[in-house]
Amino acid sequence: MKKELNEVTKSLIATFLGLLAGALLMLSIGSNPIEGFTYLLKGGTMSIERIGNTLSTATTLILTGLSVAFAFRTGLFNIGVSGQMLIGGLCATIVGLTLDFPRPILLFIMLIVAIIGGAIWGIIPGLLKAKFNVHEVVATIMMNWIALWVVYYTVQAFLIDVQETQSADLPAVAQLKVPWITELFQGSSLNLGLVVALLAVIFIKIILDKTTLGFELKAVGFNRDAALCNGIKVSRNIILSMMIAGGLAGLAGLTFYTGFAENMQIGILPAQGFDGIAVALLGISTPYGVLIAAIFFGILHTGKGFMSAMTDIPPQIANTIIAIIIYFTATSLLIQRLWVKILRKKKSKKNAKGGVD
Amino acid sequence: MWDITKLVFPYAIAYTIPLMITALGGLFSERGGIINIGLEGLMVVGFFASAVTITSLQIFLPDLSVWIGLLAGMIAGMLFSVLHAFASINLNANQVISGTAINMIAAAITVYLARTLTGSGNITIQSGLPRFDIPLLSKIPFLGPLLFSNTYASTWLVLGILFLSWFALYKTSFGLRLRACGEHPYAAASAGINVYRMRYIAVMISGAFAGLGGAVILVTYSGEFNGSVAGLGFLALAALIFGQWKPFGVLGATFFFGSAVTIANISQVIPELGVIPPLLLKIFPYVITLVALIVFSKSSQAPKAEGEVFDLGRN
Repeated sequence: MKKELNEVTKSLIATFLGLLAGALLMLSIGSNPIEGFTYLLKGGTMSIERIGNTLSTATTLILTGLSVAFAFRTGLFNIGVSGQMLIGGLCATIVGLTLDFPRPILLFIMLIVAIIGGAIWGIIPGLLKAKFNVHEVVATIMMNWIALWVVYYTVQAFLIDVQETQSADLPAVAQLKVPWITELFQGSSLNLGLVVALLAVIFIKIILDKTTLGFELKAVGFNRDAALCNGIKVSRNIILSMMIAGGLAGLAGLTFYTGFAENMQIGILPAQGFDGIAVALLGISTPYGVLIAAIFFGILHTGKGFMSAMTDIPPQIANTIIAIIIYFTATSLLIQRLWVKILRKKKSKKNAKGGVD
Repeated sequence: MWDITKLVFPYAIAYTIPLMITALGGLFSERGGIINIGLEGLMVVGFFASAVTITSLQIFLPDLSVWIGLLAGMIAGMLFSVLHAFASINLNANQVISGTAINMIAAAITVYLARTLTGSGNITIQSGLPRFDIPLLSKIPFLGPLLFSNTYASTWLVLGILFLSWFALYKTSFGLRLRACGEHPYAAASAGINVYRMRYIAVMISGAFAGLGGAVILVTYSGEFNGSVAGLGFLALAALIFGQWKPFGVLGATFFFGSAVTIANISQVIPELGVIPPLLLKIFPYVITLVALIVFSKSSQAPKAEGEVFDLGRN
C-alpha cells in the first residue's frame, strides 16, 4: 500500500466526510439521513426535467470552478469570482435589454461583453498583484463588494423592474434558453450555457496541457522564483491568469443571469462564486475534475428543494455539506495523517501475528 | 449641517461598533500570524447564538438576557474559531481556504438550525439594549450630543475592550509574544514561546470578538437574526488593513467606514446628503482600502509571517 494518498482519493474522502457531517446534522434535528439523502438524490435526478435543472445549475458551477481552478494553477487565489460574475452578467444584461439585433448576433455580443466585463474585474487585482504585490485575496474581496454596489446602483438607475429588487426581465431573444432544449428536457431551465461551459472545459484543458502559455502559468504556480530565473515573465503571467479567470467568471455570470434566471437580483453576491472554490478544490483544479464536481454539486442544489418538501430537513443542508467538504479538502493533512496511522496499525498487527515484514 | 450631524452621529457610532470589535478581533489573529477571512462567518455565529439565547431567556430575565446573549455570542464565536485554528495551526491548511470554509459553514449551518427552530429562519428578539444619555457628560456642549447622547452600553464596552487590547498588545509580555509569533515565529519559538499556543489564543480572541460583533448588531440596531451580517466581516477586514494592523488605526478606520456607510444608507431621506451619489459612499471603503494597499505596498505594517505555515518539525 502506498504511503501518500493520491489527490483523487483525498477528494473522495473529503466528500464522504462532508456527507457524513450532513447525515449527523440531519440526525441532530431528528430526521432520518437515509431518507434525506434518498430524496436529495431523487430530487436531482428522478425526472428528465430535474436532470435538466441539475445540469443548468452545474453549468454556472463548472465555469466558476474553472475560474478558481485556473487561477490556482498559477498560484493565485481568485476569491473574487462572485464580483466578476456580477459584472459579466451586468454587461450581458445591459446589451440584452438595449440592443436590438438578430438573435445569434445578439447572443454573441452578450457572450463577448460578459467575458470582457469579467476579465476587467479580474485584471485589476492581477495588476495590483503584479505591480504592487497587493495580496490578490484581499483585492478580490474588495472588488466583490465594489461589484455588488456597482450592479446595485446601475440596475436601480437604468434597468429597474417594477419590483425594484431586480432588473427588468430579458426579452426571450436575449436569453440563453432555446425552445428545443426546454422541450427536450420537459420545461427545465437547461440552456445553451451548458454548451459554453463544456467548450470552456475543453479550451482550458488545451491551454493548460498543450500550450506554452499553460506551461508558463503552471511554472509560475509551482515556483515563482524558479520561473523568473528561467526567463518566464512572472508579472505578465499573473495578469494573464487573472484575466482569463475573470473571463471565465464573467461567462458564469452570463449563464446564470441570462440563462438560468432572466433578470438580475440586486444586493446579493452570487453564492456560485464561493461554491466555485469548492468545485475547484474537489476537482483538484483540473478541468475534468471541475466538471464532475460541478455536476455533483448541481445534484445537491437541485435536490435540496425536493428533499425539504418531503422531509423536515431545511434546504440549507446542501450548502452546509458543500462548505464542510471545503473544510475537509483544506485539512487533507488530517486525512493523510490518519491514513499513515491506519497503515502503521495494520503493520504492527501483522508483526504481532508473527509475520516477517 | 449641525442638525444633520447630530442626527447621523448616533447611527454612525452604532454601525461602527460591531465593525470595530470585529476588526480588532482580526487584528489579534493576524498579529499572531494567522489570516482570518472567516470574520464574517464568526460574526454570523455570534449573531445566531445571541439571538437563540436571548429569545429563550427573555421571558424569565428581561434585562439580564441581553447581556447573557452578548456573552453567548462571544463564546459561540470563540468555539467556532477553533475550527479555523485547528486547520491553520495543526494541519498546515491554507488559511484562506479554511477561512472561506468557516464563512460558508457559518452561513449555511446557522440558517439550517434557525429554520428548524422557527420555520422561517429569522429569529426576532423582543427587545435589545436601550439607548440612553450619559448623565452630566451628555450636557457638554458640542461633544455631549455627539458622543454621549443616545448611546448603547455596548458601545462603551467595546471601546473599553479596545483600550484594554492596546494595553495588552503593547504594554504586556503577552502582547510582545503574540506579535513576535506573527513576525518571526521561529525566532519566537527559539526564545521559548509556545507559538502554537499563542496562535490558538490569537485566533480564539478573534472568534470571541467577531462573535461579540455579531451579537452587538442584534441587540442594537437589528433586533432580528436573518442569517447574514451583509458583508460587515469583510468590511472589518478592510478596516484592519486600512488601519494598518494597529488598534487605534482600526478605531479610526472603522469610524471612517462606518460613517461613510451610514451616510450612504440614510442619504435618500436627508436631502442635504442626496447630492453625494450613494454608489460612491458605498464603494468608498473598498476603494480606499485598495488605494491604501498600493500606497503602503512598500512600507506595509502587515505582520511578516502572516499566513505562513509554522511547523517546528519542518527542518
